[in-house]
Amino acid sequence: MANEAFVDRASELADEALELSKDMVDLAREATGLVEPAAAGGGSALVTGLTVFVLAVFVGYHVVWRVTPALHSPLMGVTNAISSVIIVGALIAAGSGAGFSEVMGFIAVVLASVNIFGGFIVTHRMLSMFKKKDRAAGAKSK
Amino acid sequence: MSHDLSALLYLVASIFFILALRGLSHPESSRNGNRFGIAGMAIAVVTTLFLMEEPNYFLIAVAILIGGSIGTVIALRIQMTALPQLVAAFHSLVGLAAVFVAAGAFYNPSAYGLGTPGDIHLNSLIEMSIGTAIGAITFTGSIVAFAKLQGLVSGKPVIFPMQHWLNLALGILGVLLIAWFCSTESSVAFWLVVLLTLALGVLIIIPIGGADMPVVISMLNSYSGWAASGIGFTLENNLLIVTGALVGSSGAILSYIMCKGMNRSFFSVILGGFGGEAAAGSGGADLGDRTYRQGSAEDAAFLMKNADRVIIVPGYGMAVAQAQHALREMADLLKNEGVEVKYAIHPVAGRMPGHMNVLLAEANVPYDEVFEMDEINREFSETDVAFIIGANDVTNPAAKTDKTSPIYGMPVLDVEDAENVLFVKRSMATGYAGVDNPLFYMDKTMMLLADAKKMSEDIVKALEQ
Repeated sequence: MANEAFVDRASELADEALELSKDMVDLAREATGLVEPAAAGGGSALVTGLTVFVLAVFVGYHVVWRVTPALHSPLMGVTNAISSVIIVGALIAAGSGAGFSEVMGFIAVVLASVNIFGGFIVTHRMLSMFKKKDRAAGAKSK
Repeated sequence: MSHDLSALLYLVASIFFILALRGLSHPESSRNGNRFGIAGMAIAVVTTLFLMEEPNYFLIAVAILIGGSIGTVIALRIQMTALPQLVAAFHSLVGLAAVFVAAGAFYNPSAYGLGTPGDIHLNSLIEMSIGTAIGAITFTGSIVAFAKLQGLVSGKPVIFPMQHWLNLALGILGVLLIAWFCSTESSVAFWLVVLLTLALGVLIIIPIGGADMPVVISMLNSYSGWAASGIGFTLENNLLIVTGALVGSSGAILSYIMCKGMNRSFFSVILGGFGGEAAAGSGGADLGDRTYRQGSAEDAAFLMKNADRVIIVPGYGMAVAQAQHALREMADLLKNEGVEVKYAIHPVAGRMPGHMNVLLAEANVPYDEVFEMDEINREFSETDVAFIIGANDVTNPAAKTDKTSPIYGMPVLDVEDAENVLFVKRSMATGYAGVDNPLFYMDKTMMLLADAKKMSEDIVKALEQ
């Protein structure tokens, strides 16, 4: 009789210990979540992203002001093409093999490819018109 | 491929994109710039493919092939006059792609390491909804801009009562929907955000008139960049964030330059209503009995042949009339006569930033004969003939003197400082902004009333005699 009670008590304790250990694991996970960014010294992914973003805006600002006004149309063409780098996200969805997400990714890859090819080619067409003209040849042709 | 390696390759791609923009500081370095852009894109795509675990290469290849061939065909066939429409259409694709990528990430977050369906990190949800919203606005906004530029709908601003309040209400509703989406992760909320921002994109662009299109295109250029950045935040991908920021700031700067070229605040452009009947009321009071001098092609040819310096001021009307080739022929003949010919370009001469430069370059006008307004304005006083073709409002001296004029304060070309002004114009009607131009009635002005192409060809004939 006393033995049975003892066994019951022991299994109860074991269950409790199991629960506690689960809690421990959860707590530990949370703790690493808190510690990780601090260890990197740069905050969370959001803050890192924001840092990169703000710096890139500054770079963009300074580089674009140096673009000669005559080439503002090609600038739009090339920025349009490179903004399609969003294809990087589209590829992951298209290759994920997960039903709806895959369809979304496929369409996005098509759209972004139109833009990449179209944007770079039309920019190239524009820029090839800005070649230094050979004056003599130009006069001869007329 | 390890994540460190891929991150480094993405960094290389970002640098290449910066170099692509950097190359555009001079025409000679620009073609290399474009090559840097292509290389950067190739690196980005290949790196991503290597990063994925057993992707469906066939499906991806099909998608790229379809999109790539459509893009190639369109880009090779497009007329340079239709460039603004093309760019608007391309912007819409970036916006739509952003929405689809966000949807893909929402339905399959584990592929991007954002959590599991139903348990996506809060940060990711917020970034996802912002990326989606900007993408959707870019998409429909660009479609409207495309339709206006292509002439599918009237370029006139569409204005109705309480318009701005409606937009504001929709904007607030959008924020509430995003909050709902982020707290519940409901797919209904996601698609409601998409629908609402799609509608908002249309409503933001319809009140903006045809004359403000250069600003609108630059603005949408900027939006497409911010959308890419938003998706970059969602996917925690620095390449997307950097590229989006570059494109976004580039579009913002172009919008600023265009606004300055029209002396309009960015805010007033957004509020819209310009370029239609709104401007017709003022400045048209004393039209009645003023006289102007009309001339013929022979008169113009004689005047320019005997000049030492001629400055040509082309406007969008010249491009519409397809007169650029005849115009360049005219300039060549004048140069053979020993006349110094230059071109003066107003910042908003075309329908998108730098459009006129491209149109002249296409007609084989050497780029070192083409000058921006600030560079050439003081030279008009030492010029014998200013030849204005297809432009009007950008030469209007009333912008400098008449405080009641709707275009007062807009920077204009000082053509009235030239000894003679030749003004090619189809009829005596007012310009795009609906403002009368006192230049027509000056003693030194000779009006050449004809189609721009016909007049240029007639002058060429007269010069050849």
